Amino acid sequence: MTGSAARAAIAVRMTGIQKRFGAVAANADVNLTVLAGTVHGLVGENGAGKSTLMSVLYGFYQADSGNIEVFGRPAIIRNADDAIALGIGMVHQHFMLVDSLTAMENVMLGAEPHWLLRRAESQVRSKLETLMQSTGLHVALDALVSELPVGDRQRLEILKALYRGARVLILDEPTAVLTPQETEQLFGVLRVLREQGTTILLITHKLKEVMRLCDQVTVMRAGCVVQEMPIAQASIEGLAEAMVGRKVQMGRLQDDVLSLGDVLLQASHVTVRDAMNVVRLDDVNLNLRGGEIVGVAGVSGNGQSELLDVLSGLLAPIEGELLLCGQRFSAAKWLDPRAARSWGLAHVPEDRHARAMVMDFAAWESAVLGYEALPEYASGGWMKHAAMLQGTATMMERFDVRPRDPALLSRSFSGGNQQKLVLARELGQLPKVLLVGQPTRGVDIGAIEFIYAQLRAMRDAGCAVLVVSSELDEILALSTRVIVMNQGRVAGELPIEDCTEASLGLLMVGGVA
Amino acid sequence: MDESLLGTLLASTLRLATPLIFCALAGLFSERSGVVDIGLEGKMLFAAFAAGAVGAVSGSTTLALLAAIGVAIALSWIHGLACVSHQGDQVVSGVAINIIAAGLTVVLGIAWFAQGGQTPPVTTAVRIQPLFPQAPAALAGVPWLGALVGEGLLGHNAMVYLSLALVPLSWWLLFRTRFGLRLRAVGENPQMVDAAGVSVTRLRYTALSLNGLLCGLAGSYLVLAQSASFSPNMTAGRGFMALAALIFGRWYPVGALWACLLFGLLDAAAIRLQGVHLPVIGEVPVQAIQALPYVLTVVLLAGFIGKAVAPQALGRPYAKER
Amino acid sequence: MNTSYAMPRWADLVLLPLVCLAVALLAAGGVVALVGQHPVEVISVLVHGAFGSARGLSYTLYYATTFVFTGLAVAVAFHGGLFNIGGEGQAILGGLGTGLVALWFSAFLPSWLMLPLMVVSGALFGMAWAVVPGYLQAYRGSHVVITTIMFNFIASTLLVYVLVNHLRPAGAMSVESVAFSESAKLPGMHEALAWLGVAWPASPLNLSVVLAALAALGVYLFLWRTRAGYRLRAVGSSPSAAEYAGIRTRHQVVLGMAVSGALAGMVGMNEIAGVHGKLLLEFVSGAGFTGIAVALMGRNHPVGIVFASILFGALFQGGAEVAFEVRGFSRDMVVMLQGFIVLFSGAMVYVIAPLVARGLNLAGRCLRQTGARHG
Repeated sequence: MTGSAARAAIAVRMTGIQKRFGAVAANADVNLTVLAGTVHGLVGENGAGKSTLMSVLYGFYQADSGNIEVFGRPAIIRNADDAIALGIGMVHQHFMLVDSLTAMENVMLGAEPHWLLRRAESQVRSKLETLMQSTGLHVALDALVSELPVGDRQRLEILKALYRGARVLILDEPTAVLTPQETEQLFGVLRVLREQGTTILLITHKLKEVMRLCDQVTVMRAGCVVQEMPIAQASIEGLAEAMVGRKVQMGRLQDDVLSLGDVLLQASHVTVRDAMNVVRLDDVNLNLRGGEIVGVAGVSGNGQSELLDVLSGLLAPIEGELLLCGQRFSAAKWLDPRAARSWGLAHVPEDRHARAMVMDFAAWESAVLGYEALPEYASGGWMKHAAMLQGTATMMERFDVRPRDPALLSRSFSGGNQQKLVLARELGQLPKVLLVGQPTRGVDIGAIEFIYAQLRAMRDAGCAVLVVSSELDEILALSTRVIVMNQGRVAGELPIEDCTEASLGLLMVGGVA
Repeated sequence: MDESLLGTLLASTLRLATPLIFCALAGLFSERSGVVDIGLEGKMLFAAFAAGAVGAVSGSTTLALLAAIGVAIALSWIHGLACVSHQGDQVVSGVAINIIAAGLTVVLGIAWFAQGGQTPPVTTAVRIQPLFPQAPAALAGVPWLGALVGEGLLGHNAMVYLSLALVPLSWWLLFRTRFGLRLRAVGENPQMVDAAGVSVTRLRYTALSLNGLLCGLAGSYLVLAQSASFSPNMTAGRGFMALAALIFGRWYPVGALWACLLFGLLDAAAIRLQGVHLPVIGEVPVQAIQALPYVLTVVLLAGFIGKAVAPQALGRPYAKER
Repeated sequence: MNTSYAMPRWADLVLLPLVCLAVALLAAGGVVALVGQHPVEVISVLVHGAFGSARGLSYTLYYATTFVFTGLAVAVAFHGGLFNIGGEGQAILGGLGTGLVALWFSAFLPSWLMLPLMVVSGALFGMAWAVVPGYLQAYRGSHVVITTIMFNFIASTLLVYVLVNHLRPAGAMSVESVAFSESAKLPGMHEALAWLGVAWPASPLNLSVVLAALAALGVYLFLWRTRAGYRLRAVGSSPSAAEYAGIRTRHQVVLGMAVSGALAGMVGMNEIAGVHGKLLLEFVSGAGFTGIAVALMGRNHPVGIVFASILFGALFQGGAEVAFEVRGFSRDMVVMLQGFIVLFSGAMVYVIAPLVARGLNLAGRCLRQTGARHG
């Protein structure tokens, strides 16, 4: 254990940090004190402000107001170079590595000690080997990055930061891409680094890890710090509640208990791996019945996006089966978006700009996206221009899309109006199954209630609705029952009556309800 | 086969490959840094014109060389202005340079020399002479190796040897220096290089300057060593063949060298094979041999003879994301 | 083509190309002045040569016809997100296709069968030459720019081979085939007009200009009125959205190249069937590259392409007149101007566009201020 004298020194102190993006206060009067030589956890949901705060510390953003002190001295951090000069290093979620170069070359780049590579390499190698010995961070220096497994690449990123003299190390969701074994190895390394006096800032939403590793924890919610305490005084339940805590509106719009219809969509044992062979969905089972809204809650990045992609046919799993409106699909021959639509599935994507619309198309062209081959829109190979325009006008009327101009470019509409048009398009097909991702992201307040009403109307008409959202409020407002995803698995399922901040929060962070 | 035939074949191969080697190395630096270079043809052409014009007027080899290199570097910088400093499409810019060069060289040629676009022949004093003029005759008597070494290897001018020497030099620059490491990195992942505090723009412009230098050498070789004057469109697609050689060599200097030698050999052999009956295949039309470099490149790109992996950031304009 | 600068649609489609053209003309004019000519004099001879007489106008339109085909080819591919530099080679193959069926069948078939057969053959040959690179791009990841450049060269050597080894009559000196029978010739415009009782000077302008106009209309309908065109544009504009819509991206890439190649293949109708009446070596001569300039100037829209083609036709025809009348001037000035146009409309457009946008803003503000003062 390092001496308490060293521990008492403050590595980083941020006071009164304010950062607005437009109307949104990402950081509102945030204070953070990080003791030197400790592992300090920074937890919160998406949008809580923790990433913004760390970006301010690392120089990606400038705070609107507030002060930063690094090791007791006031610091102005305008860019990454300033941060590095002060001894702050950051390991991003998305690695900044060149695959075709070796590990050592990646560490060296930009800080080569000599213009002749051979000479530079021998100097760097000895320094790196000392570093690897003392920290226990081992990476094959001469291996190409493309050959390294994900855990090694992350270690390489840490080495890169340490090589540049980082005494404060910021880690952004480091275990998101790691296997349990790799996570253990990482923790071992972090403990060694702490022994050596390095200060570590761990951004995460995984409370179990926080409890195991951190000395101190700060909880952020909606741009503010809501709790800060030594770990000894914290508990998972308490942290979860602080992270998620809000008054759940009891008595949400009480509708009569509707009779649930048949199972319209049934997914069994669905497993998905991504390009780096990391498991994204792990043996997921899901049922959707007509007349219900199933909300999928959870911190972003825990498999919700992959779930939507798999169910809509954009992604094929390596294992699993799907039953959609009586039609069976297996992993070997998965459904595709066109087949999905023909079997009565509609999908409102999470990413409006890249998926839901073609931004450079006119509104009417986006309004038929995915449905351009339907008989009401096409005959022979020809598009029925008038019918499409008329159809779009009707959609705009029904969903109050403004301005009511089908010829206007899709990108010219506001976010809310774009979303309404997309919903109009998908709902207009009277689907049996409706998948919706982030229904009100980027949508103004006025449109939100309208959208909710539309989704409830679909439910009442017997449609099976799946809503994925990172806004817990939204999930609670809409759902008949709630599924929580954590690390690619369905962590738990609760009927709406049993949902409380504590129970949901716990599921979201990997605890057991 | 007869040794003197082999000797002349080797000699022709090297002579024909030289401008290809210069150009391929030029393309190598540019493309390794992430900038597509379709304009090799135009730069080589314009450099040849500059060498011919300045050589004829000034009577100085040095000035001719400098003019050629200067012009090519200027064109590379224009390419950089459009594509590196701004988000212009790299292919379109390259095509534009080719067309401009094709037209402007003739326009200036006619205006300045009134010979239908040709430049007057440069004098022998300006032309680059063989380094060892006695060698071919001296070694002719030696059996077997005489013709091969004498005429094939030693009978060339300095630029041929320079092109060969530049291959290991380029390799060394690319793989053994700090600059080369950063260059290779910026062609794969410019964000990473930017985050490491190295200027992406500066790296790419340096690569483009090297590119211009080498294209200048290619163009001046055509006029100062091969023929004696510039004639309209004298590059005749060699810039594209060099691009094909670069791709065929998988963006490595030595690979590009072998490809250039192969293409040079095909070119040298094409004329000789005309009318010759080969076993099994019969008479090979000269056009088939002329087309072979291009066909081989397509076959390579289609993945039928191994994979050609381009630098990952090739062709994509870099915009700082913040 | 992405627009990362903000300006109203009319400015993007009309003002910006005009500004780019003006810059290119300035650059070319600068060169003209540099070599001791008078830019203004050159321009007036050029304009007069291109439009000032019926004969000149005919030549202009004759050149424009070929450019319409190659320009449309480039534009269709662009809408699918691909850069088709292979127009040159596709035009050669198309001409070869047109010529071959003419040579084989023109002696036995009447015009009304022969000519459509030639059109179809030209389109199919051009299509085949474009589909291979398209397929390689879509299914094997081979960069379409490189493969189409290679195919250009392969096409020209192929043409030489076929002409020299198979089609040239024994003992003939010039590298060309025998002439086609009359049924394979497209009537010239002067013949067609004479039939209607209108006197018109003889020129290479022939009925393929009608074919070009139909092609432009056809491309417009294809891109904006058919399902296939819609899908192609979706893939070109946003592959991720196209994927979401269930559009098969790879399919569309190949289809886009096929249509593109077929259009380029039509050049043979103008040059081979309409003018020469036999297969020869030089009938494309750079028209594929001019097509790129035309597509860029015309902002990839058929209407713009027609106008740009006429512009370039005028440059070629006017350029020939200038070469005739002004000493020291050659047609290569037109080539050079073409290069400047490609440079400024294509590569440098991101340098010029923000300046135009800022200029528009400034003008708008001035207008509003004067309006406020008067209002």
